[in-house]
Amino acid sequence: MNMTTPIKPARLRGDRVTMAHGGGGKAMRDLIEEIFTDVFLPPGSEDQARLTSDALREPGAQLAFTTDSFVVSPPEFPGGDIGKIAVCGTVNDLAVGGAKPLWLSAAFIIEEGCEFALLRRIVASMQAEADKAGVRIVTGDTKVVERGSADKVFVTTAGVGVIPARRDMRAENIRPGDVALVNGVLGDHGATILAARGDMALTTDIQSDCQSLNALIEAVLQAAPNTRAARDATRGGVASALNEMADAAGVQIEIDETTLPLRPEVKGVCEVLGLDPLYLANEGILVLFVPADEAGAALAAMKSVDAGRNATAIGRATSGVAGRVTMSTLFGGQRLVDTLVGEQLPRIC
Amino acid sequence: MCLGIPGQIVEITDADRLMAMADISGVRREVSVACVATPDLSDLLGKWALIHVGFAMSVIDADEAEKTLEALRGLGEAQETLEAMAEGTAAVIGHTSGVTEVAQ
Amino acid sequence: MRYVEEFRDPVAAKAVLTAIEAVVEEIGATAEDPVHIMEICGGHTHAIFRYGLDRLTPKGIEFIHGPGCPVCVLPMSRIDECVEIAERPEVIFCTFGDAMRVPGTRKSLLQAKADGADIRMVYSPLDALEIARRNAEREVVFFGLGFETTTPSTALSIQQAARESLSNFSVFCNHITVPPPIKALLDDPHMVLDGFVGPGHVSMVIGTHPYDFIAETYGKPIVVAGFEPLDLLQSVLMVLRQIRDGRAEVENQYARVVPEHGNPASLAAIEDVYEPRPTFEWRGLGEIDASGLRIRATYAAFDAEEKFAVGYGAGPRIVPEPEGCACGQVMTGRIKPTGCPQYGTGCTPEMPLGALMVSSEGACAAYYQYGATDDTLEAAE
Repeated sequence: MNMTTPIKPARLRGDRVTMAHGGGGKAMRDLIEEIFTDVFLPPGSEDQARLTSDALREPGAQLAFTTDSFVVSPPEFPGGDIGKIAVCGTVNDLAVGGAKPLWLSAAFIIEEGCEFALLRRIVASMQAEADKAGVRIVTGDTKVVERGSADKVFVTTAGVGVIPARRDMRAENIRPGDVALVNGVLGDHGATILAARGDMALTTDIQSDCQSLNALIEAVLQAAPNTRAARDATRGGVASALNEMADAAGVQIEIDETTLPLRPEVKGVCEVLGLDPLYLANEGILVLFVPADEAGAALAAMKSVDAGRNATAIGRATSGVAGRVTMSTLFGGQRLVDTLVGEQLPRIC
Repeated sequence: MCLGIPGQIVEITDADRLMAMADISGVRREVSVACVATPDLSDLLGKWALIHVGFAMSVIDADEAEKTLEALRGLGEAQETLEAMAEGTAAVIGHTSGVTEVAQ
Repeated sequence: MRYVEEFRDPVAAKAVLTAIEAVVEEIGATAEDPVHIMEICGGHTHAIFRYGLDRLTPKGIEFIHGPGCPVCVLPMSRIDECVEIAERPEVIFCTFGDAMRVPGTRKSLLQAKADGADIRMVYSPLDALEIARRNAEREVVFFGLGFETTTPSTALSIQQAARESLSNFSVFCNHITVPPPIKALLDDPHMVLDGFVGPGHVSMVIGTHPYDFIAETYGKPIVVAGFEPLDLLQSVLMVLRQIRDGRAEVENQYARVVPEHGNPASLAAIEDVYEPRPTFEWRGLGEIDASGLRIRATYAAFDAEEKFAVGYGAGPRIVPEPEGCACGQVMTGRIKPTGCPQYGTGCTPEMPLGALMVSSEGACAAYYQYGATDDTLEAAE
């Protein structure tokens, strides 16, 4: 796993991917080695990863396995890029289920004409995030498609982790009275992407919140061993995560609008485009349920790590109507927080 | 109908086309000031305007805003007086949230 | 002052609500015999449910949700015409996001986009102008939609295109005006209305005098209102006080934004570019005289109706509503959204049948999304 200069002299010609790089010949091997495996893998690695971990030998331990595809336009944005998201997203999928993430695969669908430089930056960012999260990228694949068949590059990662014995973080564990916590401000990623895309001609200083959450979850589990469940609030935002959890647990979830942590700029983007920040995508924000008597400890544990500095309680589970999420508004009125229908579209009226 | 939001005019970007930069809670967007243009566009700098679909539609009148808030405060004071009379003590109207307390 | 948070202060809201309760009591309005207040504007409808104001105000007030959602009142035939224009290979069709999901008789713009039409969501007609500048070989059509608030933006964009001789830019004009449908509603013998909350952002363009007829001819109170929750509550209080005092006046709660005589530059741009159509169809309300605008002959080069020969009145106009859809009755306040047999079953935000379920400003969507009919949701103390 080295990020230093490739050992062999550079053999890639030109500065962009052509169809020849997908043809199975020498050009393809040069692309894979120079851009991908020289960064991800130790020299002499086989195509197939062979893995072992002591954690697996613990009686009662379970393997966790997940996969996710990433398409982001633009592929680089303030606070991250598609590579960083592809690592964080899969690490977080494993972590919210209680698994300690260990290994990742990475597959790239590359559009003809994509710049080598962009791929190099994406790969470097993936490796940096993998190092940070303590996971290894152990196998991968590339395919090249004709111009117009993809948007520069699409990334699919799969991840394997180990759930220690006696750890159960399924959403159905949530009980009435449990407190809902989030680890930081909401909607930064969604607002950043909306602005970065450029169609709306908005400029902001917001950055994507894209980050790995496995260390934060381990810290919470140390401090609050009876933590019930966690979900990362990605597509569909916090509202969708809460609705899924309320459904799975058969509880009502009540949140309080006055406690929702939001940056003024995110509120600004939402006011301009008529969007609801509860539905904006996040890439490093989770919703966590803990028993009320462990909420203080869990919150303190979150605040002790970088990814949880702005952690706060936003609501609680009740025995009300199963599967329903409600919010008391700034004014003390109550309203339903429904699941998002389709995609949130900017509106004028 | 007609989503509009206050933004502050922070820069004149193209005087010929009557374009300016508006800042809305830290979000910046170039807007047309054709509807609120003054002979000297720099008079608009620092002013708040109601922004709708990329146009500054109305310069917000700070005095009128203050009058509206004054009327609202008047209602609040009237109510406090009533409550004080009813309860024999000055009532403080507060908004409580039961959620954050749990986590302290 | 940023003119937003100040008008969302819960402490102040409590005082206004107390005052509202007192006046409702003085009037003697009850849940069985309520005062009927129409908020004309869809933005107000949205805010009422968004902040839960419907639950905070006394049961003696019944809100009737007016026709002020331009997406909701757009006839299906116009969406069909949009799709027809958008599907032409040379066209880049630019629209506000609101209109994307509205069903036409064949398909919505979202479906047309999936089928290959070049449809782009923009925030401003200025962005469509920029797309036209950058794509000289394509025809860029902007879907001009909305009430008087939005009309100046397309008028000014057309004037700008004329100045730049941008011959590949045109507007498909569906602008409509607020006063004619209010008059139509007031003339409807079935309507029971005691007062109006008037549209704040329309009024910043046209001023408050176009509503004089409501007070003078029909003897109903109207208060032009802002969009923050305190604005709305204060306006409701002002309407109630007029009702209590037997007054019928045009009052302006939103004076910080709405000048009495409107915005002269906006009005001049509208006058220069647009003229009233003899009549225009409103979904659910039918044809209303002089309620729609079209582009004047002097700007015909920028009129998509002329350019693509889809002039209003060219084809059969009134497309029947889908079977069982009661949008018209809801829009005129005859029934509540829940009174429609399709509500929540045949018509949901996932699969909207009628327009009121499509836009988040539509009364049905607001009911559905915010749980307005859910009796177990109560105002928290």
